[in-house]
Amino acid sequence: MEPLSNKRKVLEAKPLNFMERIYLPAIFQGLAITIKHFFRKPVTIRYPEEKREYSENFRGMHSLKRDEHGRERCTACGLCALSCPAEAITMIAAERQKGEEDLYREEKYAAVYEINMLRCIFCGLCEEACPKEAIYLDGPHVPSDYLRKDFIYGKDKLVEAPLNQ
Amino acid sequence: MSTFYFIAFLSIFFSILVITAKNPVHSILYLIVTFFTFTIHYILMNAQFLAIVNFIVYMGAILVLFLYTLMLINLNKESEPRKSNLVKIAGFIGGGCFLMTILAALKAFKVSQPVILRDPNLGLVKNLGKILFNEYLLPFEVSSILLLSAMVGAVLLATKDHKTT
Amino acid sequence: MGIAELLIKIALVVIIFLVSLVIAMYSTYAERKVAAFLQDRVGPDRAGPFGILQPLADGGKMFLKEEIIPTNASPFLFIAGPSLAILTACIGSAVIPWGQRLTIGAYTFNLQVADINVGLLYIFGVISLGVYGIMIGGWASNNKYSLLGAVRAASQNISYEIAMGLSIIALLMTTGTLSMRHIAEQQSGFWHGHWFTWNAFSQPLGFLIFIVCAFAETNRSPFDLPECETELIAGYHTEYSSMKMGFYMFSEYINMFVSSAVMATLYFGGYNFPFMHHLGLSENWVSILGVIALFIKIFAFIFFFIWVRWTIPRFRYDQLMDLGWKVLIPLAIANIVITGLVITFLK
Repeated sequence: MEPLSNKRKVLEAKPLNFMERIYLPAIFQGLAITIKHFFRKPVTIRYPEEKREYSENFRGMHSLKRDEHGRERCTACGLCALSCPAEAITMIAAERQKGEEDLYREEKYAAVYEINMLRCIFCGLCEEACPKEAIYLDGPHVPSDYLRKDFIYGKDKLVEAPLNQ
Repeated sequence: MSTFYFIAFLSIFFSILVITAKNPVHSILYLIVTFFTFTIHYILMNAQFLAIVNFIVYMGAILVLFLYTLMLINLNKESEPRKSNLVKIAGFIGGGCFLMTILAALKAFKVSQPVILRDPNLGLVKNLGKILFNEYLLPFEVSSILLLSAMVGAVLLATKDHKTT
Repeated sequence: MGIAELLIKIALVVIIFLVSLVIAMYSTYAERKVAAFLQDRVGPDRAGPFGILQPLADGGKMFLKEEIIPTNASPFLFIAGPSLAILTACIGSAVIPWGQRLTIGAYTFNLQVADINVGLLYIFGVISLGVYGIMIGGWASNNKYSLLGAVRAASQNISYEIAMGLSIIALLMTTGTLSMRHIAEQQSGFWHGHWFTWNAFSQPLGFLIFIVCAFAETNRSPFDLPECETELIAGYHTEYSSMKMGFYMFSEYINMFVSSAVMATLYFGGYNFPFMHHLGLSENWVSILGVIALFIKIFAFIFFFIWVRWTIPRFRYDQLMDLGWKVLIPLAIANIVITGLVITFLK
């Protein structure tokens, strides 16, 4: 068949000449290549101790943010749970009491906020849905664990550490 | 002397097991042990070279080939063809002749001194080589012609098959 | 033989046995580490500093694994296979001279278990026996892959034994003795008269054939066809688990150690090192340095074994047979003829 492009290359399998047939030069060439790699720096990143730098738009573990005074931004509106395609988020809302103004920014807050990390697909829709800029997927990977129940992350794991003044 | 009798007993015991074993592979394994006892016999007689050659050639090469072929062919009881009466009679006559030979040999039976040699250093490599290549050079070379003819025969057999197919 | 000599011999046997086991253990570690370095990785580094406790962890794992004997396997032979493999691997080191003589008090003794005058043939016999462990184990497993592995091992070992024997014959023509100690003593020093004393320089072709055959006899890559995992799953040890599997693995590494020691002794001067007679040290110190020199050579050979394994791909079976019968055996015979001519006309 006539080739449509002129990229076809006819390969010729020439019989090996003497130097090729005694194999030894090729073997030594191979040994030289491998020994060169022996002295090269390993490319391994020893994961838990060393971490590769995450890209800027990497979506990892969620964190619930605080504002500049250290108050939780979340107002438990439920938009994140509604937007979540995997239905990974649930929450129970509560009203802010007197004296808690320095804990919660809005009058309503999430008393319980749970994300099932086994369901979460890290799409980032919750981040986009949030009107209060309270949730961001800016953490590292979700670590492994032994039990399924341990993958349901509550506020203890999700909320950012309080600001140190 | 007691070592000799113990090893001799072992050789006879294992050689009986060679004939009585049901499984051909087991039989070969007993044969290996029998040859190993022969090696010990040679060592007892201070024939180190013969011992080690028996060890290498018989135990290390020939019996490996035996085992190799036995592993490849099917030696089940069901696949064994029924022997005709002619074969049985021939077997009977052959066995009878063998028995007669052994009985005749028993007539010349007398207690020899099996372990003590006239020249205890005869079996060492140096002396053996000197005798083999001086006094017995002709028989040695003739036996090499025997091996050569065997090799030529093997090559002939291998190529003959190739031509017909 | 007095009590003291007997005790020294027993101590020597125990030490050599332990050393070969420890070296076999750490060869597994070295194998993984070198493989990692050759592939730009770091290798095992979790157990202890740089992962040096990894072999212990592996050994512990081997002992604790479940012992499985297949229903249709023949139980006695199934256990006899790995036992034979490790036995034949361990007894090979008996005739290797590990060093010159040591003098402690009134006793002078050789650093060698047995100096028999057919030492070289003994090693050859032990090597040829090594295939039985593989064959019996492979047959007793009652598994077609194991059987094929066993059959491959048998034919491969027999084919390469011939070339190995022929290359040794050429060496014997130059040394004129079968005793390992005499061969080592002949290579004393490094330079004598106008040529190197080490046999590798007078028998380069023989050494090349020998090392290729040593790779084949120890079933190391590129000749690891008996356990070739792409075709035969794991070859002869497919059905083995726990410490029986460990025995097979160990016997492979001990074989590697012993054949490295044999190569170092036969072709690379054994315990001799350059300028050993010009240092002005006492005999004991020269002996101790000699042992160290021998072990450095052995480790270099083990490294070479590993290096080749992670460089060269496995042969196809017909290529293996072609190399053995059509290349190595004629070359070895040519080597014998050339050696004979050189000895007759030049000396």
